[in-house]
Amino acid sequence: MSDTKNNLAALAADVESALARRRSRSAAAISWVREAALLPVLAVLLVVGSILNSHFLTVSNMTGIGQQASALGVVVVGESLILLIGGMDLSLESTYGLAPMLAAWLIVPVAAFGDGLLLNPYLGIVILLAVGAAAGLVNGLLIVKGRLNGFIVTLGMTILLAGIQDGIVKGQAPFNLPQAFGYLGAAAIGAVPVSLIVAAVIFVLTGLFLRYHRLGRAIYAVGGNREAARAAGIRVDSVRMGVYVAGSILAAIGGLMEAGRVSSVTPTQGYGEGIIFPVFAAAVIGGVSLQGGRGNMVGAASGVILLGVVQNILELENAPNYWIDAIDGGVILFALILARVIGGEASAE
Amino acid sequence: MREPVIPAADPQAAPAVEAAGIHKRFGSTRALRGVDLSLQPGRCLGLVGRNGAGKSTLVSILSGLVAPDAGEVRLDGRPAPSLGDIAAWRGRIAAVFQHSMVVPNLTVAENVFLGRPPARRGVVDWRRMREQTRKVMTDWGFDVNADTACGNLTVEQRQVVEITRALAAGTRCLLLDEPTAALERGAAQRLFERIRQLQVQGVAILYISHHLEEVFEICTDVAVLRDGELVRTAPLAEVTKDDLVTAMVGEQNISAERTVASASAPRERAGAAAAGAGPDLLVEGVTFASPGVFLGNVSLTVRAGERVGVTGLRGSGATTLARIVAGATAPDVGQVRLGDRVLRPGDRAGALRAGIGYIPEDRQADGFVPLLGAAENIAMTITDRIARGGFISPRTREARAAPLARRLSLVSAGLGQPVRELSGGNQQKVTVARALASDPVLIVAITPTRGVDVASKELLLSELDRITGQTGASLLLASDELDDLVICDRVVVLVRGEIFTEFTEPPFDREALIAASEGMGAK
Repeated sequence: MSDTKNNLAALAADVESALARRRSRSAAAISWVREAALLPVLAVLLVVGSILNSHFLTVSNMTGIGQQASALGVVVVGESLILLIGGMDLSLESTYGLAPMLAAWLIVPVAAFGDGLLLNPYLGIVILLAVGAAAGLVNGLLIVKGRLNGFIVTLGMTILLAGIQDGIVKGQAPFNLPQAFGYLGAAAIGAVPVSLIVAAVIFVLTGLFLRYHRLGRAIYAVGGNREAARAAGIRVDSVRMGVYVAGSILAAIGGLMEAGRVSSVTPTQGYGEGIIFPVFAAAVIGGVSLQGGRGNMVGAASGVILLGVVQNILELENAPNYWIDAIDGGVILFALILARVIGGEASAE
Repeated sequence: MREPVIPAADPQAAPAVEAAGIHKRFGSTRALRGVDLSLQPGRCLGLVGRNGAGKSTLVSILSGLVAPDAGEVRLDGRPAPSLGDIAAWRGRIAAVFQHSMVVPNLTVAENVFLGRPPARRGVVDWRRMREQTRKVMTDWGFDVNADTACGNLTVEQRQVVEITRALAAGTRCLLLDEPTAALERGAAQRLFERIRQLQVQGVAILYISHHLEEVFEICTDVAVLRDGELVRTAPLAEVTKDDLVTAMVGEQNISAERTVASASAPRERAGAAAAGAGPDLLVEGVTFASPGVFLGNVSLTVRAGERVGVTGLRGSGATTLARIVAGATAPDVGQVRLGDRVLRPGDRAGALRAGIGYIPEDRQADGFVPLLGAAENIAMTITDRIARGGFISPRTREARAAPLARRLSLVSAGLGQPVRELSGGNQQKVTVARALASDPVLIVAITPTRGVDVASKELLLSELDRITGQTGASLLLASDELDDLVICDRVVVLVRGEIFTEFTEPPFDREALIAASEGMGAK
């Protein structure tokens, strides 16, 4: 008896749902436009670039952009993961410098500003990853378990790690990196740099992980509403810890790419160059929310490519050296505004 | 205090608020379709309607937050200020929402004069601000210290601050949106007293509520919204509760809705006295203390398949006890056991794996992830079961969520629709479905029908009833809404953190439950 009535109620709900579905079809179309919000901007930039400079659309220039952007891109993946859980990590830029610095210092001879331990380069890579993991673990412990504010914790870590990076080599830049150590950043398969391939693979795998893996979905749940995720039985603290560690490891890998590309580790790599600004900019332009819970790898990747292309156009056009930072900052602000206008609220928060 | 004088209802007086032909459309949804409404000074108009009927939209329009697409709002017989001129609106009409709108770090006086502090040459005149706050408070018979930080106030006192703010701005027209939703019974009664007081002094009040009995208690008139239309307006004396329900639900739907309602009324176990599926729950010597809540050495057993209600006033510890069982809060002392298994305190994930489903109290805060889809929210408790090699196919997820969504008559534009876009009642259904998805042996539910319209409320209760009956799951239901307790076999009443008494014979007597919650009656 009550079954029939409940079935009736379910039927009514179905009808109502169908109506709601029709209403929301246009809304779905709008959200698709948001996902691809940066593609038209990229297209315009490519046209502008090719008009300004005939060298712009060549294979060598494009792979150059790819190689330069891939180190940054890998850090952006790490930062995006941390932003998605509703956190932030300024110290990724120092991990990006310190991890390859420590590894290189242990690998290269004293003459190349190493410490003379001459470790095996593969062991060096393990150390590099361990430095990343350790930095993330410290951040995670202080923020997640210690309930300290993420901004101030990672700001402190930024300066601490950058200071160590400078301190161990006394301001020198280890060079003559062994081939195995530099391979990721320097080698190419045909015309395509290995770093570009690896960065692309990292973007794709992370994207799939975020979309389909239960831990990836847990990241969105934790960032979207931490308490709701906890009530649903997600181990919120473990997820957050894991993401801080993963983010820092990715920053270390980005640092390895950069070291290979310039075949040395400068004391300014990372913090000294202030790479955290383009890292945040790329993520936010790409629609990753600073509030957590919103954003994806397609967006983050387009943010990275956009910044890379702009940078490249400025270089090709020989923008006046003293003004390049001002132009860079202006372009990033402009891109943010543009992403806001096209993407609606996606990058507003 | 002034001598209350009943104002002779002056039919000539201009209405405090008058809305004529209000239309509002959001995208393709027609939220309001030609609403005419008028509210005289000294009257209290109850505005009722199901979730999604357009109540919130109407409140937003009447308080100047949203412009209508068509139609006109007049205040005191004059056209309403333009939309951007918030100060002008606030001087003439003000809304008090169920979510507190006070700044916790500021004092009462600062909150009363928020945004327009009395100043001399641009410098805030603190003394005048405090004096005026005290004066308004005494004039209207309120009693909250002007110098206290609002963060230290109770929910009830914050509401008083908000009402004072409106009155201090010169408003004689208040919109109260679900004002009792966060109040315990005593506080609600005191609020009603204040409302009567305001009314007597000529303030016009629009009172929005899901609780029809409240409307009957304090309103002079009632208006019913259904699907964006005002379907009934009448002096309260001329309508019955049944009339209102009929008007809210609509004639053609009434039979279906009624039976959903009655499904739980003459209660009988669907699964023919289903044997309990899981082990007994044993709460042993649980003690917990935090500001505002205290539990002292509480022990409770819920036998397999049994449905136990826990009730009490706010602060009695009823919801905290449920949270502790669900693993959402760790007790200071004591333990929770499911059969032989001792649950780790405060380990929600562990409790879930032990078979405890959880419907949290505050769905906005704990119930769902607003940006994620309905299916994903519902399946959030079973990701470990539906993942293959760690990966979850969206199709599997939907397949698992769909039967529950259907069972609870969830209305959505597809299960991928972000839950924040759903109405409050449907959000609650998602929260309930999420708890049911894990096939729990024990369901812990805290005020599962709060802020949900009458029909959805009956549906949620009868589904909880049926599911526990069919699966043999036990239920621990903490609620201060007595209607929720209908589905329980036994009700435990907590007073100030201790078990005061127990009712073992359904149906439970309303009066006796209320008395017991207040710590009166047979022990």
